Amino acid sequence: MTPIQQPSSEVKMPVPSGEPPAQSPAVSAGEAKISATDLNFHYGSFKALHGISMHIYANKVTAFIGPSGCGKSTFLRTLNRMNETVRGTRVDGRILLDGENIFDLEVSGLRRRVGMVFQRSNPFPKSIFDNVAYGIRINGMASSRAELRDGVESSLRRSALWDEVKDKLTQSAYGLSGGQQQRLCIARALAVNPEVLLLDEPCSALDPIATAKIEDLIFQLKDSCTIVIVTHNMQQAARVADNTGFFLLGRLIEFDSTTVIFKNPAKKETEDYVTGRFG
Amino acid sequence: MNYLLFRRKAVNFTMLGLTGVCTFFAVGVLVFILGYLFVHGAASLNWNFFTKLPTPVGETGGGMANAIVGSAKLLMIAMLIGVPIGFLAGVYLAEFGGGAMSFIIRYVTDLLNGVPSIVIGIFAYTVIVLPQKHFSAWAGGLALGVMMIPIAVRSSEEFLRAVPSSLREGSMALGASKAKAIFTVVIPAAKNGIITGVMLNLARVAGETAPLLFTSFSNRYWSEGLAQPTAALPVMIFTYAIAPYEDWHQQAWSAGFVLLTLVLSVNVIARLILARNRHIAR
Repeated sequence: MTPIQQPSSEVKMPVPSGEPPAQSPAVSAGEAKISATDLNFHYGSFKALHGISMHIYANKVTAFIGPSGCGKSTFLRTLNRMNETVRGTRVDGRILLDGENIFDLEVSGLRRRVGMVFQRSNPFPKSIFDNVAYGIRINGMASSRAELRDGVESSLRRSALWDEVKDKLTQSAYGLSGGQQQRLCIARALAVNPEVLLLDEPCSALDPIATAKIEDLIFQLKDSCTIVIVTHNMQQAARVADNTGFFLLGRLIEFDSTTVIFKNPAKKETEDYVTGRFG
Repeated sequence: MNYLLFRRKAVNFTMLGLTGVCTFFAVGVLVFILGYLFVHGAASLNWNFFTKLPTPVGETGGGMANAIVGSAKLLMIAMLIGVPIGFLAGVYLAEFGGGAMSFIIRYVTDLLNGVPSIVIGIFAYTVIVLPQKHFSAWAGGLALGVMMIPIAVRSSEEFLRAVPSSLREGSMALGASKAKAIFTVVIPAAKNGIITGVMLNLARVAGETAPLLFTSFSNRYWSEGLAQPTAALPVMIFTYAIAPYEDWHQQAWSAGFVLLTLVLSVNVIARLILARNRHIAR
């Protein structure tokens, strides 16, 4: 099964190792943070991903779009091996993170480096402070109470939540609004200083104002981490992403710069989807 | 037409009345027991009941202080045996089990729940009383502890399952192992429910009499430590109620009143805790 891709244009990409997937010259490139090669994924006997190969570039925002069930979330969840928590799943192929195969890495270390924010905000039933401090604590990343405090504060500042919660850090996280809860989850993920942040439809349960805040946040965060976002909302992909991948039926149909995907896609399926003819 | 209307109304009136009367009886039983115990028990209840030992036959006064302490000892042992086993088995079922093995475990715990308490008493009698050749709090506590296990398993499992899996994922996505996620997020989230389950479970076995008759037996004096025959409130009620002395009957009523009050209070408190924390399990 060879992946369906842009016609090769023989551009030299800086790839740590492994054969580089052929790729459009318009892609907003740089240093490849994550490289997937011929990745297949099975839920039991159902093959959910067919030979996905792509680069995700450091300090860029990469969006995955496509209709429901196309495999974009499955692929995202493979990048931090969250799919392994589901029974009866099987994966083959290779994913390199900074040149190391993630399937050879220790899984908790990998998940600390590749953070994740879920579709529905899932704060723990703890205080706001303890939510953000959770990752720092379980990974033993703070040696003193002051260091823990600093870590929590800087994460809340990075997720633009500090001013709203600084006076109620000891209150339950469930008292926050939906948008605040989602930013709290982003703060919680940022607290362990991930190199990559995976966002799985982070705004699908939020109103437009809360969504705008999260999008602003994505812009600010890309200086310090690599961001991958799955979204159903094509305007959102167009607004936030440098590069966009279009998935259909478990295949990566097209991967290119966001401008090309939305203005001048190479594949008919991509054009049909982004112009709203199906999906 | 008029006849049909009359018939319909008559049937409606009768059936509504019948269901009403039955509902009244269903609720009335508890009210009746409470009232009867209150009238008979509370009347002769005094401070001595909580502080004095039983008096010899013929002598009035005295109390059941030893039985109150004895019941507390038995329940403590029962809790130390039943809760850890039941809770950890519940963790296994909710978080790690799956397939045939879990089905068998659930089935067996349900069967254990159905074993008559007197049979569990025989088990404790055989395992502890016979080899040691004397009754003890250990034997009674073991019997009650075994009785607590099935409910502890199922209530722990149920409350752990009620914790949304998104919390487990959220924890593991931050680098927690499965075990760490369970102990730092899932169990704390289910904590109130689990504690409530333990309280209701304790309240349930606190009134058990049959398995204690030949394990902890009884004692008219203070029992030192846990290796002696130990008095318990339900057994005292049994002994005093069938005795031919009028003042013993009074004491039995008082003991019944105290036991029921304790059990009911635990039930009410447990349900209040549960209602207050309902929102955690979204």
